[in-house]
Parts: sequence; structure tokens; C-alpha cells
Amino acid sequence: MDFATFLIQCLNALQYGLLLFLVASGLTLIFGIMGVINLAHGSFYMIGAYMAYALAPIVEAAFGGGFFATLLVGLVLAVLLGYALEWAFFSYLYEREHLQQVLMTYGLILVFEELRSLLVGDDVHGVAVPEILAGSLPLGELLTYPVYRLFISAVCLLLALAMYVVLSRTRLGMMIRAGANNREMVQSLGIDIKFLYRVVFAAGVAIAVLAGMVAAPVSSVYPGMGNSVLIVCFVVVVIGGIGSIRGAMLAALLIGIVDTFGKVLLPQAAGVLVYVMMALILLWKPDGLFRAA
Amino acid sequence: MTTFRCALVTVAASLAWAAAPAAWAQQAKVKVGLMLPATGTFAALGTAIENGFKLYVAEQGGKLGGREIDFVSVDDESNPAKATDNVNKLVKRDNVDVLVGTVHSGVAMAMAKVAKDTGTWLIVPNAGADAVTGPMCAPNIFRSSFSNWQPGYAMGEVAARKGHKTAVTITWKYAAGDESVGGFKEAFEKGGGSVVKALAVPFPNVEFQALLTEIAAIKPDVVYTFFAGGGAVKFVKDYAAAGLKQAIPLYGAGFLTDGTLEAQGADAEGLMTTLHYADSLGTPRDQAFRLAYVRAYKQQPDVYAVQGYDAAQMLGIGLTAVKGDLNRKAEFTAAIRKATIDSPRGRFKLSASHNPVQDIYLRQVANKENKVVEVASKALADPGRGCRM
Repeated sequence: MDFATFLIQCLNALQYGLLLFLVASGLTLIFGIMGVINLAHGSFYMIGAYMAYALAPIVEAAFGGGFFATLLVGLVLAVLLGYALEWAFFSYLYEREHLQQVLMTYGLILVFEELRSLLVGDDVHGVAVPEILAGSLPLGELLTYPVYRLFISAVCLLLALAMYVVLSRTRLGMMIRAGANNREMVQSLGIDIKFLYRVVFAAGVAIAVLAGMVAAPVSSVYPGMGNSVLIVCFVVVVIGGIGSIRGAMLAALLIGIVDTFGKVLLPQAAGVLVYVMMALILLWKPDGLFRAA
Repeated sequence: MTTFRCALVTVAASLAWAAAPAAWAQQAKVKVGLMLPATGTFAALGTAIENGFKLYVAEQGGKLGGREIDFVSVDDESNPAKATDNVNKLVKRDNVDVLVGTVHSGVAMAMAKVAKDTGTWLIVPNAGADAVTGPMCAPNIFRSSFSNWQPGYAMGEVAARKGHKTAVTITWKYAAGDESVGGFKEAFEKGGGSVVKALAVPFPNVEFQALLTEIAAIKPDVVYTFFAGGGAVKFVKDYAAAGLKQAIPLYGAGFLTDGTLEAQGADAEGLMTTLHYADSLGTPRDQAFRLAYVRAYKQQPDVYAVQGYDAAQMLGIGLTAVKGDLNRKAEFTAAIRKATIDSPRGRFKLSASHNPVQDIYLRQVANKENKVVEVASKALADPGRGCRM
């Protein structure tokens, strides 16, 4: 590997890491901070990708279209979906055992997959990259780098920054973190924890859906796509330390590096390298890289 | 009196019950167990196969070899873990005479194992695992589709004929990918080329950026790939987005551009793939089939529908030869072995290991269709390595 190729691979690793963070960030909120084991996270991601595909013509007819208009409509729908799901299902889960959370969120995966099959079908779809971001930059003599991938990285950085600031620097973030530690105490201090959690949950779903919508043009849209990201999302949250945004970011970048260079340098073991890394990190730090206090 | 009459009725009823199977057996229907995916990623493929199969049976007036056909369906979910249970259900509980399935190679291998052990007839209408007509081959196992080796080998011949010298292959690290790439390498190196690097991504990972960078650094004359479904869409788009499409021709097994063209859009235009079927063969046989299919199901048929249709043809040939008596096993097998199947893809016979000996077409994507360019490899037979019958 010459130096130029090495630099391009570093860019690939960074970009993939940021994409992973984007996909896992909704889980950081729901699993990491609220403490609900949410296996349906992958489904929210899938719903997002399918929204990017299915909503586009509808938005086009109603508002004149555009990728960003679709994004906005999708986000609004996602917040509503998250709010409704919390009200109907998840609000009963906070006090329950983890196994029951696993059972119910697994059930949701099956329901969402079937609904997807009934509503949109089982075909593979593509989503066009919005025109202003459709170009690509030359990189070396043969390669070009799609601008849209850089856009994804930018979205991810913005999101990470916003989440970090809200959670660790604002009063709202303080209430959310306090609620995660001791629900009853927060309630007795006069904070409407039920409503607060409903909103946080809705935000978590919205972020997962946003990730799906933003990733759709590069990942394509296909049945079962949610399950393929679910495991790596949990790996990101667990390595990073439950509830830590900084940790999740670092973990995502580490996975990006290990995965990218693993594929190139150790292709026989590429499938397991990420999990080997997870095992080593957890042996060294059982709580993950940054455990939120 | 009442008691007596009651007893009489009971006796009569039980007599009738006892006599029934004998009478029933004479004109019993042939039970065909369709084990296909009805849910999951391959659901659409399963439906096309079932439609194709039933279309042929309907064309024959609902009878093959003079016997009516009864269908029992099981959704195999493309799940190898449940495969053995599902096949056993069909064979032992439902007592099917013939098994038809499936799409997923891992599930098909489990079906082949049970078929081999129990002697139940099996026709595989898609799964391309070389082993089905290799080490797993048996007198009662047939395939109406292809082996993974076939399209790969044909493309290797094409690449060598075009004068390419170096190639990089890229696929998922799983059996189908390895077999397809193996076929390509065999023919390409026989023709004077050399595969300089075989890249693989863990299945079903679709993050290709690192390997595309590798390809750009190696700069081969040509890239050969085996991907299907969502992975095929993403690979074709990423390949184009990385600027490689203009620089290095991308060749693939037909599944790269089958059922995925709508999603791949302009990025797939001009791509060359090899397969045993194409969208516009233009033969009268194919046109008649396509018309009948569209009439029956209100949608265009694809390669999977053809494979289902031909599976039914093979069963029909066997049943006709033995006049509907499935116990005449040797005759049934012999009839299919020497038959020429009049497939929409073109006539074909079976190899000694029961895989189609068929023309593999070179196709090029134009206007969201896989158009035939030429016959890439005429009457290509899978070597059937490891088959002892």
C-alpha cells in the first residue's frame, strides 16, 4: 500500500466511522441513556430509508419536492411515530426486566418487517442523491470521492455536537440524565418525567429515522436492511460506554478504522476483527471507554 | 332397534372409511411440496418460481402424466436453520411425492440431503450451489436452473476473448460467491489471463469503499463480481460513484443486474453480465411464454419464473414416461436424463449430474433491460465435480 492509497483508506475509515455513529446515535439515546434494550432500532433505521424512497413522490406532489423537504416530512412523521410507540408500548417497559424489553422490541421488528412487506413490497430500491450534492471530487488518478459521502459526515458531526451540547450542557440534558439515574426522585422534584421521556424517546426514533433517510442514497433500500446494522450499533454503544456520546463517537471511529484496514490487510478475518476488538476493549474496560456517571 | 340401526350405520361408515384409501389411490393426485421463500429478502423470487411452475401445470390442463397435481406449500424463510425440519414436515407428515425448492443454497442443500436419504424426488428451481449436482448428486435430484460455476465460467471466457490480461474479483465471502469467482478464474486463466487479486467482503456487509480503493490501486484490466439483491445495487452504485466505471470495465454474474435495474438506475447502464436468460431473447418460444405469463399474473416474468416453469416441465416429462406411476423410479430418472427440455431460455438437456447443459448469454444493460449481446458460451456443462452416481 503506497502512501496515497493509505491516506485514501484513512479517509474511508473516518467516513465509515462517522456513518456508523450516525446510525448508532439514536440507540445511544434510547438504550444508552434511557436504558431500554431496543432491538427495533434497526427497524427505525429501515423505516427511515424506506421513507426516503416512498415519501419522495408524495412530497414532490404536495410541496414541489426536493430531498430536504422529504427529509423534513420524514422527521415530523418519525417524531409522531416515536411518540405514539412510547405511549403505546415503551412506557410500560422502563420498570421491567431486560428480557421483557428484548421480547417486545423483537416483536416490533417482525411487525415492522411485515408492514414494510405489505406496504412497499420486497423489491430493492435506490434513492437518488440530491442534485446539489451529486458531484464527486477527484482523488488520485482513478478514484473519485462522492460529495454526498462528505455531506453524510458533516450531518453526523453536527448531530454529534448537538447531542453532546444538549445532554451535557443544558438543563434539559440534566433532567434527562437525572431521570435515567432515578426516576422517582426526579418525579418527586416536580418534573414531568413521563412526558420528558416520551419526548426523548421520540427524539431517539427521529434520529434513527434521519440516519436511515440520509444513508439511503448510499446504502440503497432493501428488505432486512435494519437487521444488518443492528448488531454493529449495539457494538458502538457498548464499546463506547453506555450513555456516553463521546464514547460512542470514539467507538464508531475505532470500528471504522478496524473494519476498513481489516478488509484490506487481513481479509480472511475481516468479519470477526470488530468483535475481537470489542472483546479486548471490554476485557480492559468492562464498562466501555467512557461510562457516563 | 334404534341401537341396532345406529350400530349398522357405524359399521357401514367404518367400512366405507376402510375402503376409501384403495379407491382413492387409483386416481390420487400427485402431491408436490413447494418449499419456497414466501417472506424475507427472497420472497419475490419464490413467488415467481411458484407462478412459473403453476403456469405450466395449468397449460397442461392441471394434469402431468395423466395425474392431477396437488400443491402443499411451506415458507422456508430462506432460513437454513429451519430447513431440515421444514423438509421433513413435507416428506414425513404431508407425504409429498415430489419436492420443489428452493432459492437459498443453504436451504437447498438441506433439501438435497433429505431427498438423498429418503429417495423423494427433488427438483431445484434456483439455488446454484455447485454441490447440489456435485457431491450431493443422486438419481432422484434434478436442477432446472444453473450452477454458480456456469455464469462465472462463461464470463471468464468472454474476458479472455476480449484480450484482457489481469483481473480482480470481488464478492461476498460465502459459497455462492466463491463458486462463481472460481468459475471465472478457471476460464480466464485457461484463456491466458490472470486473476491478480481475489477480494472478498464478509456476508452480508455492504461497505465496499476500502476495497474499491484497493481496486483503484491495483488497476486491473477488468473486475469480475458476484453480488445479488441489495448488495448488487449498492456495489454497482458505489463502483460508479468511485469513478471506476469509466476506468475499469465491470463484469458480473447475471444476478448483479437482475431485479435490481430500477434501483441501480443510470449507474448500471452498459454493464455486461452473463446468465442463462435475458429480457429480450426474441425467440417464438420465449415470446409465447412471456405472453402467457403476463396474461396469468399481470406482470413480466423473470429468470426465476422460467426456472419454475422448467421444473414443472421436467416433472411432466418424468410423469408422462411412467404414466403417472412414481414407483417406476429408474424409468422416471432415465426419461428426464434423455429429454430435451423446451425452455423459454432455449432448449437444453441435463448433464450426467442432472444440471442443465445450456447456452449462457452475454447481456448488456440498456434502458433498464438486460439485452442479449451474444451467446457467451454454447451448451456449457457444469463439470459436476465430486458427483458419483
